[in-house]
Amino acid sequence: MNETAPSASQVDYRTDPSRYQHWTLTVDGAVATLKMNVAEDGGIRPGYKLKLNSYDLGVDIELHDALQRIRFEHPTVRSVIVTSARDRIFCSGANIFMLGLSSHAWKVNFCKFTNETRNGIEDSSRHSGLKFIAAVNGACAGGGYELALACDEILLVDDRSSSVSLPEVPLLGVLPGTGGLTRVTDKRKVRRDLADIFCTSSEGVRGQRAKDWKLVDDIFKTSEFAAKVQARALELAAQSDRPIDAKGVALTPLERDETANSLDYRYVSVKIDRNRRVAELTVRGPDTAQPLEIDGILAAGARWWPLQMARELDDAILALRANELDIGVWLLRTEGDSARVLEVDATLARHASHWFVRESIGMLRRTLARLDVSSRSLFALIEQGSCFAGTLLEIALAADRSYMFSNPDVPEEQPSITLTEANFGAYPAVSGKSRLAQRFYEAADEIAAVRGALGIALDPKQASALGLVTATPDDIDWADEIRLAVEERVSQSPDALTGLEANLRFGIYETMETRIFGRLTAWQNWIFIRPNAVGEKGALKVYGKGEKPAFDFGRV
Amino acid sequence: MAAIDYNELIPNNVNLSSDRTLQRALEQWQPNFLSWWKDMGPDGSNNFDVYLRTAISAEPNGWAHFDHVKMPDYRWGIFLAPAEEDRRIGFGEHKGEPVWQEVPGEHRANLRRIIVTQGDTEPASVEQQRHLGLTAPSLYDLRNLFQVNVEEGRHLWAMVYLLHRYFGRDGREEGEALLQRRSGDQDNPRILNAFNEKTPDWLSFFMFTYFTDRDGKYQLCALAESAFDPLSRTTRFMLTEEAHHMFVGESGISRVVQRTCEIMKQHGVDDPAEVRKFGVIDLPTIQRYLNFHFSVTIDLFGADQSSNAALFYSAGLKGRFEESKRQDDHKLNDLVYPVLDYADGALTTHDTAMLNALNEVLRDDYIKDSVGGVERWNRVIAKLGVDFKLTVPHKAFHRSIGKLAGHHFDPQGRPISAAEWQKNVDSWLPSTEDRAYVASLMGRVIEVGKYANWIAAPTVGLNRQPIDMEYVRFN
Repeated sequence: MNETAPSASQVDYRTDPSRYQHWTLTVDGAVATLKMNVAEDGGIRPGYKLKLNSYDLGVDIELHDALQRIRFEHPTVRSVIVTSARDRIFCSGANIFMLGLSSHAWKVNFCKFTNETRNGIEDSSRHSGLKFIAAVNGACAGGGYELALACDEILLVDDRSSSVSLPEVPLLGVLPGTGGLTRVTDKRKVRRDLADIFCTSSEGVRGQRAKDWKLVDDIFKTSEFAAKVQARALELAAQSDRPIDAKGVALTPLERDETANSLDYRYVSVKIDRNRRVAELTVRGPDTAQPLEIDGILAAGARWWPLQMARELDDAILALRANELDIGVWLLRTEGDSARVLEVDATLARHASHWFVRESIGMLRRTLARLDVSSRSLFALIEQGSCFAGTLLEIALAADRSYMFSNPDVPEEQPSITLTEANFGAYPAVSGKSRLAQRFYEAADEIAAVRGALGIALDPKQASALGLVTATPDDIDWADEIRLAVEERVSQSPDALTGLEANLRFGIYETMETRIFGRLTAWQNWIFIRPNAVGEKGALKVYGKGEKPAFDFGRV
Repeated sequence: MAAIDYNELIPNNVNLSSDRTLQRALEQWQPNFLSWWKDMGPDGSNNFDVYLRTAISAEPNGWAHFDHVKMPDYRWGIFLAPAEEDRRIGFGEHKGEPVWQEVPGEHRANLRRIIVTQGDTEPASVEQQRHLGLTAPSLYDLRNLFQVNVEEGRHLWAMVYLLHRYFGRDGREEGEALLQRRSGDQDNPRILNAFNEKTPDWLSFFMFTYFTDRDGKYQLCALAESAFDPLSRTTRFMLTEEAHHMFVGESGISRVVQRTCEIMKQHGVDDPAEVRKFGVIDLPTIQRYLNFHFSVTIDLFGADQSSNAALFYSAGLKGRFEESKRQDDHKLNDLVYPVLDYADGALTTHDTAMLNALNEVLRDDYIKDSVGGVERWNRVIAKLGVDFKLTVPHKAFHRSIGKLAGHHFDPQGRPISAAEWQKNVDSWLPSTEDRAYVASLMGRVIEVGKYANWIAAPTVGLNRQPIDMEYVRFN
């Protein structure tokens, strides 16, 4: 495979509207409009042109940022129109030439981030009163339709040529794998035989049939399209509980110091040990008293600990995933005063209905959910001086294993963990369940026992008894136990580990998101490495060159 | 339904009377077509007797049958050029294999798209030209307009035949949609933008038939190479008619140029404002119209680098102009072609894979051919002793598709700023004032043998008829 080397330059997920190349965000009262107008020469990697509003990771990074701006900087926005600035083209999906040039890891990481951004759209619709309309004002293919599917409603222009389509199978020999296939069934409830036709015809479906097949919610003539979209956006806005009058919170640029082997933010640090192929990721609790009331919280803004910490952790996760492919184990630690974390949890709970607090909780929820789908082994290390309490305990609960330091001889030198109400539902994993419910398969007695420990600083023995930690090595064993566990882990097959971890993390609960990340991604990733897609004559490789793919027609 | 004599109603060489698929489709479609013709065909013309050429068979003596007919009674027929025995695919991955008599499933979507896009242009031009009959400069020209119109209608039939016969239900729906789109309609426009522009006056009409119908010729020639034999045979027959449309354009412009030069010489005037005082179209205005139609038309060939073009060629769906006369391997896998590019403020060319540059190849073939007619107009000008030369603008001028779109170039291809473009655009493209002036000349001339002041009479009539024949009877 002719691969670009993504490590040649690092991916930076930080951006802001003044640097957008591909999107414009405008706000008019309660309605925000996100217009896609992809710069052909603005690819995040060399070697391809982003024609016809096709996208790559760079385009999605801007979309993700724009959504964040709407959430935090425009609290009075109640509905969002996602549309295109181009004539007769809405979006033609992920850029195929980019996919053809990219390594498998790059494709998977790109698709994962794209999925998360789309899930984030639905997350904001579910939790934050933001409703999204895809105003499909032209041809809408592949990833373009997948983006539309992530919105609450899809309105299609009826000009007798604009269609929606998922041409991945007929044109590219892969699946509409960034949520497309799953949302067509789970969300849009398109009948399976119609979905079969839809997903195997390159030309897609337009007009009344698209509506009849439930692929879109409504169709409008060109002349009335803009007005109808606007009217519908206002109707949806009227149902929202976002504030009528509120001042936004500026998402100031994230500051980070970086070296070849480290990333340092105010509340998050990453140290990379390349020899061991381990990243040590530390999250620090509040180092100053945090405001208790709304005025102080708003005054702190992006510097309020829960939000700043979440943004930093989010950025660190994304950076590690995109730029550090060989670093297979992340050791997750916390540092700080549990009491301060508990106080913040109480503040979050008390003001949960305030728009800014709600958005900050949402940011925490989405960031923690990134851990669930990161293809790295996650070990939490609960040591002295840590603050795995409430919100930060979720990090340990998201981990594949957690080790808690114990020292029965000097009990005052032992760390503790503390549960808060936040652990029982504020941060559902992609399964839709809290990590506790998922951990105990919703067994009533175990959950009740854990609930009985709410607010108590649990020592290693108690934590272990409740099943909240994996192991509690003592001071004599600790260093060796951890070293052995890590060395053993990094020696095993990274592919098998990724599969294993995903299976165990998702557990027994299925949601649309788990199906996207699990079932669909598993199939897609298999298809993505098969010669029928990426061999010399594979469909993805020859696309656009005028050559016909040469398939091995044997069914597997 | 057996009572209908299909062969009488719809002249054809496709066994219509024994083809139930086709009968079922056309029974539905034909009334809708006639209703479209009444609504969108030439304005107020349904009762005229027009001296029309009708194709009644595909034999050498059958494709040009002349008679006075009412246009709604024109027998729109379905003709394919005669089958070539043992025709083989001439290019692409299937080169050398027998051509296809049915649509291969894997190419269904692309072939349908090609046919629909071509088919959509045919009724579109009828719609664009529907009011021109009210300002015809002579009966001879009026008849030519109507001839072009009915033949575009027949070309629509030809494409609809393919859709009905080979594409099942989808094909029937596309056939209907071809009658539902409308040129310039905001809600329901024609597929290609050039076919949503107005053809407001006869100078535009002549330019359109010279330049834009010539695009049609090149597209049809490329499709005539297709491995899908019915498409190849259909387009080959259409090409026999397309030649007349380009003749209307070339001779039309030639007569306008001739008349202008005659007046310039006769009155010794040169300045465009002076020339206009004599009620003819000054040469710089003709140049500006030429610039407009040329540049809009070369956009029709599509993006300069196109993966569809590569796919269509390799799959055998669409070849090059005169594919069989070219001396290469007809697979083109390792060949390159220079494509214009704009970088760092300058026009450059760079070699790109020829398969992906096939739109550009066809565009360049077209440009070479277009220049020929312009030279013939220049000979008319020179012969009358006027010092002026018409030229086609540079390929980069006024483009909206491909790499050059969004940048500004003057007609010589020099990169210029947006401000410079704004300053000069009225001397390069028809201004509102130019269009108003040309429109002011458009008055209807329908006396037998008379011609409007701004255009010379043709040297010979049609079908060896005199130039003062009653080509159209108004009844």
